[in-house]
Amino acid sequence: MKIKVKSLLITSALACSAQIAVAEEKVVHVYNWSDYIDEQVNTDFTAATGIKVIYDVFDSNEVLEAKLLAGGSGYDVVVPSAGFLARQIQAGVFQKLDKSKLTNIGNMWDVVEKRVEQYGPLNEYSVNWMWGTTGLGYNEGKINERMENAPVTSLAMVFDPDVVSKFADCGVHLLNAPTEIIPAALAYIGEDPSTTDAEVLKKAEGVLEKVRPYIQKFHSSQYIDSLANGDVCLVVGWSGDIFMAQYNAWEADNGVEIVYAIPDEGALMWFDQLAIPKDAPHPDNAHQYINWTMEPEQIATATNYVWYANGNLASQPLLDEELFNDPAVYPTPEILEGLYTVPTYDAATQRVVTRLWTKITTGY
Amino acid sequence: MNIKEIQVPSFLRRAFNGRNAIISIPYLWLLFLFLFPFIIVLKISLAQPVIAMPPYTDLLKWGESWWPTIQASLDSYLFLFSDSLYIHAYLSSLKIAIISTILTLIIGYSIAYSVARAPTRWRGILLMLVILPFWTSFLIRVYAWIGILKTEGLLNLALTTIGIIDKPLIIMNTDLAVYIGIVYSYLPFMILPLYANLEKMDMSLLEAAADLGCRPLKTFWTVTIPLSLPGILAGCFLVFIPVMGEFVIPDLLGGSQTLMIGKVLWGEFFYNRDWPVASAVAIILLAILVVPIMFYQKSQEKAIS
Repeated sequence: MKIKVKSLLITSALACSAQIAVAEEKVVHVYNWSDYIDEQVNTDFTAATGIKVIYDVFDSNEVLEAKLLAGGSGYDVVVPSAGFLARQIQAGVFQKLDKSKLTNIGNMWDVVEKRVEQYGPLNEYSVNWMWGTTGLGYNEGKINERMENAPVTSLAMVFDPDVVSKFADCGVHLLNAPTEIIPAALAYIGEDPSTTDAEVLKKAEGVLEKVRPYIQKFHSSQYIDSLANGDVCLVVGWSGDIFMAQYNAWEADNGVEIVYAIPDEGALMWFDQLAIPKDAPHPDNAHQYINWTMEPEQIATATNYVWYANGNLASQPLLDEELFNDPAVYPTPEILEGLYTVPTYDAATQRVVTRLWTKITTGY
Repeated sequence: MNIKEIQVPSFLRRAFNGRNAIISIPYLWLLFLFLFPFIIVLKISLAQPVIAMPPYTDLLKWGESWWPTIQASLDSYLFLFSDSLYIHAYLSSLKIAIISTILTLIIGYSIAYSVARAPTRWRGILLMLVILPFWTSFLIRVYAWIGILKTEGLLNLALTTIGIIDKPLIIMNTDLAVYIGIVYSYLPFMILPLYANLEKMDMSLLEAAADLGCRPLKTFWTVTIPLSLPGILAGCFLVFIPVMGEFVIPDLLGGSQTLMIGKVLWGEFFYNRDWPVASAVAIILLAILVVPIMFYQKSQEKAIS
């Protein structure tokens, strides 16, 4: 009997250690954009699964990409935008998702999935976190003061020298992102914003060169604060960031009214996708985390907090009505029609675009 | 067993004596933290960019034979000379570095001078005040300048309230803001070596000059300044060299027209994903900086001998 107990202990001990070897440490390292989640989603994930979420943030695709390409980033879940993701998949950064572990995948919205598919086989490697548009944000009071009947829903606001010059004194910022601003300039002059033709891309220079003197800065995150406290009055920026400025101004009660508009000429539609690097230390936990974000309640909580649309169809009944009915967040089918995506540039085209951008921003 | 047999050869004994062991520490430090990283950067600069992990080709290709073939290319360096942007960026950084070094020297010298001439019991506290800002993160201090300089910031608020100006000054996002940020951030690097030098200065030399009828201003130019030259040089190099490659201050405080090599390097690395060209930019920057460093080294040697 004694022996039996002993052997039983040994076998159970062996079983235990085998279990430990198979199961991952209860932790998942997530690297997402700044100001892009309601922390409650992570807290509830830990409560439900016992997996601790270590949440880090970045504010540009370029920074994320440099970390991923160097390898060994240590992250389990990262959130690049679709165009960047497509190239990173080519470079062999990501692993295919194991769909059998993603039981909530049926909740996703086919409209978004189809658009994402235009970049390549992204749906095999990623699921959508949120998506949005790149459009105009402005300080209503300051714009009206300087120009009556300003064309606030047109890209003429920033690309027509006669118009933008009126706002130069109250501060105009554009995103420091060539792949966002150059297509917008092309859309303004009626060229195809989705082009990869270097000759067409160069036409953007003519547009931007003329308005360059009136633009105070090209920067991709400062405008959230600056818009909210009245330091700048007109920006081309990401929808949700401008909503955040709007909210911050409202909360500060400083008399600043921020409005976001999708330009009539069309706007860039972008997608931020959850994906798992090949060298992720906890791929199993990563799948669980991604599956958790596809729960309608979870992603609805996040969307209601950050005011970006998500790619989850089942979450739509759970969204704030005001938000879901706002065409600036969830565009009507007609507006959706006018939204374009920009494909991934190859290395040579990318160099043309970056060089063009340096010339536009610095004058050299 | 004969004792002679187990004796260590004399050259090994010499190599491992205490003195050499101590001297070897800084050399090992330089080897691991300077030379190896430099070789890695040099290696990347000779490769070609590709879409892969990591995003550049291998320099050594292992083929059929048991030795590798080297596939180096100077394309990245040639590229830097094919486009005037890079030359402009180096020159513009040089200009910003020189102007800010001069400004820092003027301000730093007057501060260091007054601290060194202050009553002894005050010196410690005054010096403490110079070092104190270091206790806060560099980034936070630069961000604080945004709050001061921006259009609706503290400075404009103060000036308009007093009534000196009626329209806010546009300082934020201009080169002026970059100079303010740089001079502020690097001032302690200028003050400390200057103070160390001025404080040790033999006051009897100044008294002698006065006794011989030299006016104070002339004494300052002909005695104090030449004597403090080592401190001036040390301070200037401590400011000039890091400012040359500065990235954070121009990015946060500068406007889009502020062209600095640090920003160009960032663009090559992050926007173009062209690590070889980015590395080439860094190597050439280093080559440019080696010249003043060698000049400094020479002047130090002269001072010692």
